[in-house]
Amino acid sequence: MSEASKKPKAPRVTDTTLRDGSHAVEHAFAKEQVRDIVTVLDDAGVQVIEASHGAGLAGSTVQQGFSAVPEFELIETAVGAAKDAKIAVLLVPGIGTSRELRRAADAGIGVVRIAVHCTEADVSEQHFKVANELGLETVGFLMMSHSQPPEKLAEQAKLMDSYGAGCVYVVDSAGALLPSGARERVVALKDAVSCQVGFHAHNNLGSAIGNTVAAIEEGVNQVDGTMRGLGAGAGNAPTEVLVAVLDKMGYETGIDTFALLDAAEYTVAPMMPFQPIPDRDSVASGYAGVYASFLLHARHAAEHHGVDMHDLFAELGRRQAIAGQEDWILEVAAELAAKKGKKSAVRA
Amino acid sequence: MSENGDSSGKIKVGILGSGNIGTDLMYKLLKRPGHMEVGMLAGIDPESDGLKRAKNEGVATSHHGVSAIAEDPEMKIVFDATSAKAHVHAAEALEGSGKILVDMTPSHLGPFVVPPVNLTEHLEATDVNMISCGGQASIPLINAISRVSPVAYAELISANSSVSVGPGTRQNIDEFTFTTADAMRDVGLAKRGRALPIINPAEPPIVMSNTVYAVMEDEDFDLDAVTESIENMVSEVQRYVPGYRLKAAPSVERRSTPWGDKPLLVVLNQVEGAGDYFPTYAGNLDIMTASAWRVGEVFAKRLLGMKEVAA
Repeated sequence: MSEASKKPKAPRVTDTTLRDGSHAVEHAFAKEQVRDIVTVLDDAGVQVIEASHGAGLAGSTVQQGFSAVPEFELIETAVGAAKDAKIAVLLVPGIGTSRELRRAADAGIGVVRIAVHCTEADVSEQHFKVANELGLETVGFLMMSHSQPPEKLAEQAKLMDSYGAGCVYVVDSAGALLPSGARERVVALKDAVSCQVGFHAHNNLGSAIGNTVAAIEEGVNQVDGTMRGLGAGAGNAPTEVLVAVLDKMGYETGIDTFALLDAAEYTVAPMMPFQPIPDRDSVASGYAGVYASFLLHARHAAEHHGVDMHDLFAELGRRQAIAGQEDWILEVAAELAAKKGKKSAVRA
Repeated sequence: MSENGDSSGKIKVGILGSGNIGTDLMYKLLKRPGHMEVGMLAGIDPESDGLKRAKNEGVATSHHGVSAIAEDPEMKIVFDATSAKAHVHAAEALEGSGKILVDMTPSHLGPFVVPPVNLTEHLEATDVNMISCGGQASIPLINAISRVSPVAYAELISANSSVSVGPGTRQNIDEFTFTTADAMRDVGLAKRGRALPIINPAEPPIVMSNTVYAVMEDEDFDLDAVTESIENMVSEVQRYVPGYRLKAAPSVERRSTPWGDKPLLVVLNQVEGAGDYFPTYAGNLDIMTASAWRVGEVFAKRLLGMKEVAA
């Protein structure tokens, strides 16, 4: 028997460059970019590739940012370009609805990942029901998982399990967790649910890979990454690094690590507007426990109103803003500016 | 909207749904009946807080839902505070009963009513739809804008405290988004609409916070005129929801939109409630129940044969 068959199978890797990465390109992926990225990922053996607006289906809004190319054209391109990989979409109840889900199923997607703020799983019951009727593989996302203790997350995960989720993810949307926090949350979910457990990392405190390793050590079944960590703020766990790490941990990933490294370097990096790193602003965001994808919106608002990003994040964290509350960024920035006695521009 | 003692009697009304909205409405009707007398609070969960409180107030209760309501021929107006799907069943169960339904779910079975915009437009209807809490908060503002200058696209982000959002609402998030968007167009008169609900578990609970974005058709729209129209509308709503206010003056930014590079009007609204059931952060309950109260009162006075109310 070959060496490969003696290795334990790795957690399944989902690449979300074309969804979470969308935040970093202000939702302006072009069809050719989608086709090229799906092709290199699929060729390298990545099994699930997520493609949607950064905020999930129907996320093209004032609040989140409009898509440059209609979302379904990109989703259809992704489905068309994938030979073996399943295409996944994100759905946030309140943003995406069952209508978009049915349309995505018709377009040939294989997986839907239904994301809620980590205390509000019960809003997703109707969506899991539709997804299961459509025969889609389902994953639940508990966003901003750093903000609740493991026991509370476990309760919410149990709800999603009861709705028929195939997997429930601990999602560190703010990049605010450290390995111990990631570990205890994965353990709590593994103890609570009969379905699989996943982990989605962000790198605001430089801990995306470390947190994912901790999750892997606790037996997590699914993990996420983006190529070169492309994502808002400090970005995600870089998929190509994650796969290399899984190799070194002794797992069989089914993915060609060096093909992925080439893909990151030669296909994805050249099309990135910036390389995400934990810099002043993105560390401040993780430090304050603020939703990572607020970063570019916060930057616009801070410039527009002449306020400091750190003050903005600190206040958003204090107000316990959650995903989808980009409008609070505008409000807080204006208030901070008013306090400073600066006059905000009221006309462009 | 007078409710002083024109004591030509009262119309018996019932509330279907003993959750947050139904219970808040009960307290409002007890505090200020107008020409309505709350005869029953009917729910399906015998352990619900609403039914317990109704009993404490001496209001008749039932946990047999709509059948209890259907059995009372004297009850002329029914406020439905259940959920979109449950309203469809209730409407079927009450068909032919002659009862008027004021539907506080996002079912959109009947025509839309937003009191400061079209309170008396659907007085012949037997089932009128109150859209959603976010809809009642935002559509007056959108209409105020549209009256002055056309709105290419209106988007509502309605953020509410997790504790105040009950199971009925949680079961029909999709319906909330469709119905509210439709009403933002039909009643708000925006060319297109979207409604995005946010349920935030922050402690202490957040006060209902509604942001309305309006992508304006006209490059040179008159901000002063729009602001004045909005402020007048805010005053109008404050007559029945005193805690309804703007957090800041309306402001303008530029955005690149699917309809071109356009001016974007940003309106920041907050609704603080009266604290009749939940504490005052739960303005989402008030904007719905106070609006529904106004609609019920118009129907009640009409049934009593009273002269037409002021718009």
